[in-house]
Amino acid sequence: MAEKKTNRRDFLFTATYAVGAVGVGATVWPMIDQMNPDASVKALASTEVDVSSLNPGNTITVLWRGKPVFIRRRTEEEIAEAKSVKMEELKDPEKDEDRAKNPEWLVMLGVCTHLGCVPLNDKGDYNGWFCPCHGSHYDISGRIRKGPAPTNMEVPKYEFVNANTIKIG
Amino acid sequence: MSDSEYTPKSKFGKWFNDRLPLLSLASHLTDYPTPKNLNYWWTFGGILTFCLITQIVTGLTLAMHYIAHADMAFESVEHIMRDVNYGWLIRYIHSNGASMFFLAVYIHIFRSLFYGSYKSPREIIWIIGIIIYLLMMAAAFMGYVLPWGQMSFWGATVITNLFSAIPLVGEGIVTWLWGGYSVDNPTLTRFFTLHYLIPFLILGLVVLHIWALHVPGNNNPVGIDIKKPSKDTVPFHPYIVIKDGFALLMFMIVFAFFIFYTPNILGHADNYIEADPLVTPAHIVPEWYLLPFYAILRSVPDKLLGVVAMLSAILILAALPWLDTSKIRSAVFRPLYKQFYWILVADVLILGYVGAMPAEGLYLLIARIATAYYFLHFLVVLPVLGLKEKTLPVPLSITEPVLGGLPNLVTAKNKESLK
Repeated sequence: MAEKKTNRRDFLFTATYAVGAVGVGATVWPMIDQMNPDASVKALASTEVDVSSLNPGNTITVLWRGKPVFIRRRTEEEIAEAKSVKMEELKDPEKDEDRAKNPEWLVMLGVCTHLGCVPLNDKGDYNGWFCPCHGSHYDISGRIRKGPAPTNMEVPKYEFVNANTIKIG
Repeated sequence: MSDSEYTPKSKFGKWFNDRLPLLSLASHLTDYPTPKNLNYWWTFGGILTFCLITQIVTGLTLAMHYIAHADMAFESVEHIMRDVNYGWLIRYIHSNGASMFFLAVYIHIFRSLFYGSYKSPREIIWIIGIIIYLLMMAAAFMGYVLPWGQMSFWGATVITNLFSAIPLVGEGIVTWLWGGYSVDNPTLTRFFTLHYLIPFLILGLVVLHIWALHVPGNNNPVGIDIKKPSKDTVPFHPYIVIKDGFALLMFMIVFAFFIFYTPNILGHADNYIEADPLVTPAHIVPEWYLLPFYAILRSVPDKLLGVVAMLSAILILAALPWLDTSKIRSAVFRPLYKQFYWILVADVLILGYVGAMPAEGLYLLIARIATAYYFLHFLVVLPVLGLKEKTLPVPLSITEPVLGGLPNLVTAKNKESLK
């Protein structure tokens, strides 16, 4: 046999495979993407919460995008405690000032960063939150201190619309 | 396919069989030569087939009344329990049937581990079995979500969040699985679809599992290769059919006990509370059949490594035919392996127990030791044992130790000690 050379037919095979692959990709992608959040889910992007009745030392839980959001009005002692923690002690170092722009108000997703359970208020070894599922302890700034969770509880995008109303999202 | 040439007697049968050899297949299945020393641990293959068919039939009937919508799923299950004629019975068969299915599959798997059924030339049968087992876990998990109770919702949340441990793309995958930013209606409808699909995938794999089995034939308690057909075999029908049928009846008595006397003992009371995304139940545990893996997940303090350990614990089984280096199949002739086998059984039971307990203090310590031992068994004990263990002499045939002629089992052992 003659030595193998790239000929017209090889080119046609390669071109056919390439076009075929693009076609398969273009057909499969809609099947995959249909599982992503749809327009109606995305439309529920923000929630406004009236926090005027919340007393210092109390937490309310509101639903935002199907997830619980903790809003805690912290006391002076709690703020002092949150600020006093040294960065070296933290698994996911983050200053309290960066988590609560207005130190009196802590707003964060009430979702454990381990596997998504809702941590319990005023529980755990650090006077913050405790996740009953797999034993993660969070401090009064919502930072992970002990247990399997890798990161601090997430702070969502929010703003004070006026003195009494927080808009999340 | 058939070992013997088969020709249908009737003219029509011959005409049909020449065009579609279903009669040849039936003849192969009837005459299929089976080792004559199979004990009752070998009846669980048939029992598992029964479990699969039961789940499919009861599942189809439940699907006629169930509504896969976050606002109506919980109510529709209560509607099945209270209003639908015999709805309570069909649902209890289906929910307890899942537990019975896993009970049977665990016995089936541990039978294979004891008698070395996974070894050459049966590796493909074993690997197909592991895939079936994985699909069973997926089907059971998604089925548990459908009633939309508290355990359904939070079980779904925890398990889907396992994927968030994957670096970089994890969060995106979880959102994609959910079809939203939390477990919600889109999650429920797709879980229902997949829960409906998977049993039929399993059914297809079961056909391959049996096909692959019929190539080398059954392993047997002595674990030796046998000549087929010979004095060592009996035809599948009627010998094995009757034995399987009797074992199935015994199994159905246990099954019926759960359905009629304690239908909820294997479930959790929390699942009779409708799903609430704001409140996590105080104590989340999966169904009993997933507890050992759950214990492994929780015993590792790092999120990603915990998930990796849990998945490895299952996938390591697929490598078992190559991790076990011993040429002897049956534990009957492996005095050391037999002891390690029972330690492994105890280890898995301990993992199951601590998986149901809170992950703290002594329980956590026990879970860590048991997890370490689990991997040690497969990665160290089995490879080393195959090279170091002094095995007992195996008989040359199944008939030999029974119908006289040396060496039989007992004399073989004595001979060994005389040396």
